[in-house]
Amino acid sequence: MPGFDFSNYNRNAALHAQGVPLPKATSTGTTIVGCIFDGGVVIAADTRATSGPIVADKNCEKLHYISPQIWCAGAGTAADTEFTTALISSQLELHSLSTGRKPRVVTCMTLLKQHLFRYQGHIGAYLVVAGVDPTGTHLFTVHAHGSTDKLPYVTMGSGSLAAMSVFESQWKPNCTKEDAMNLCSQAIQAGIFNDLGSGSNVDLAIITSEKTTLHRGFVKPNERSQKLKHYKFRRGTTAVLNEKIITKDDIGKYVSIHELEATGEERMDIDP
Amino acid sequence: MAMFSQNPVLNGPSYSFAEVPKGAVDGLRENRFNPYTDNGGSTLAIAGADFAIVAGDTRLTSGYSINTRYAPKIFKIGGSASSQDDANILLSVVGFAADGEALKERLDTACKMYRYRHGKPMSVSACAKRLSTILYQKRFFPFYVHAILGGIDEDGTGAVYSYDPVGSYEREQCRAGGAAASLIMPFLDNQVNFKNQYIPGSGVGHELQERERVPLPRSEVEVLVKDAFDSAVERHIEVGDGLQMMIITKDGIEERLLPLKKD
Repeated sequence: MPGFDFSNYNRNAALHAQGVPLPKATSTGTTIVGCIFDGGVVIAADTRATSGPIVADKNCEKLHYISPQIWCAGAGTAADTEFTTALISSQLELHSLSTGRKPRVVTCMTLLKQHLFRYQGHIGAYLVVAGVDPTGTHLFTVHAHGSTDKLPYVTMGSGSLAAMSVFESQWKPNCTKEDAMNLCSQAIQAGIFNDLGSGSNVDLAIITSEKTTLHRGFVKPNERSQKLKHYKFRRGTTAVLNEKIITKDDIGKYVSIHELEATGEERMDIDP
Repeated sequence: MAMFSQNPVLNGPSYSFAEVPKGAVDGLRENRFNPYTDNGGSTLAIAGADFAIVAGDTRLTSGYSINTRYAPKIFKIGGSASSQDDANILLSVVGFAADGEALKERLDTACKMYRYRHGKPMSVSACAKRLSTILYQKRFFPFYVHAILGGIDEDGTGAVYSYDPVGSYEREQCRAGGAAASLIMPFLDNQVNFKNQYIPGSGVGHELQERERVPLPRSEVEVLVKDAFDSAVERHIEVGDGLQMMIITKDGIEERLLPLKKD
């Protein structure tokens, strides 16, 4: 299997021994949950990504696609959850093509745990795996060291205790879809408001044998209030000490130029 | 070596008692107790022409937990009774909350003793010096706080003094302290002291004239404080819940409480 590049390992170990700190990875110090209902499964997540005490992303996506009927919620090191789910998604697709069958949730869970166990916890991915396959509805948790659980309702991440308190006090057997959605949403909100590692919005996905429905921004309980003042500077406020103009025609000699209009999905949050 | 082991449950900032004993050498075991906790939060003070505003959020945290959503960080100092109705000085403390509380008690006692002995309230400049000596007295076991003092000086102008944990201090126009100080301070430099702002068309290159500093009116400052905290809440996990604002003028102290985001 193509793997990681360890060529900087010795240099970094020597640097670390001299007291150079390790780089700080973006962590999704997160709340993620999952809950089975009659006919399917719901998973949900908050949308805050942190780097130490600083909020790195106020509206990130922690619900990852594996296959049409299998989805993953990820906590831990952002890059690890992103790449691990993408890798296993790819392997599962090839496996499904080769066998000519729909992918199964256990298969996905097994691939994930074997991959994570091989890396002895250094891949910091903590996942909730959920889906519906020909054998039924399934919900698992997978820890970074490779251990797994199979339960009717699960929570993970730094907000797992806050979220679990909701399930342990309100969960009842034989949930309806609406019950499960409400329970998951309440559990994530418990994490958002009581765990500093979690915040912003609730993302939620419903998986049934017919279809998967992803609700991005299912609840938005933390909209930013309007700024009281306008912070627009008059043109010329910033000192210009040096000026050089490169025309479009000039730069066109070296690179090709395409005119693009930012529309819809292309626009960033900060665009007016 | 736990490279990026970031189990969010296990690897959060630790409590003071959670320190594990260091490795056993020669059968000797060293047990450590860390007397300090970082309780997060942020403070901010701005001096005006005839007023001073001292503000702080009211969230108290440890690690990833919120201990309470309302723990004041701004205190009235130097009143003749515990009600502090006739107080003439404001103190804000951020960092380790227990030390902040202890420091407030010491300064308030010192101010009350002064009032008893001299029959008049302490001036802001005198109180500022006194706070510095109280902090330096604990030079080798410091109060783990960033203190900011606010009041009206002898000329009737607003005064803000800011301190490091061991008593080094300076009178300033404005100062942010605590967890989000590095987020708020550059905003204040630009909006209060007009740093990096030049008068458009007043010259070329280095001849450009800097925008002249003028004391801001009270309404403007209150708006800046609210916007500064709203922004800090967006990007710092330890700041939020409530904004406590105290405004001191020649007529006394006004207190305002505003909501902040709770996530």
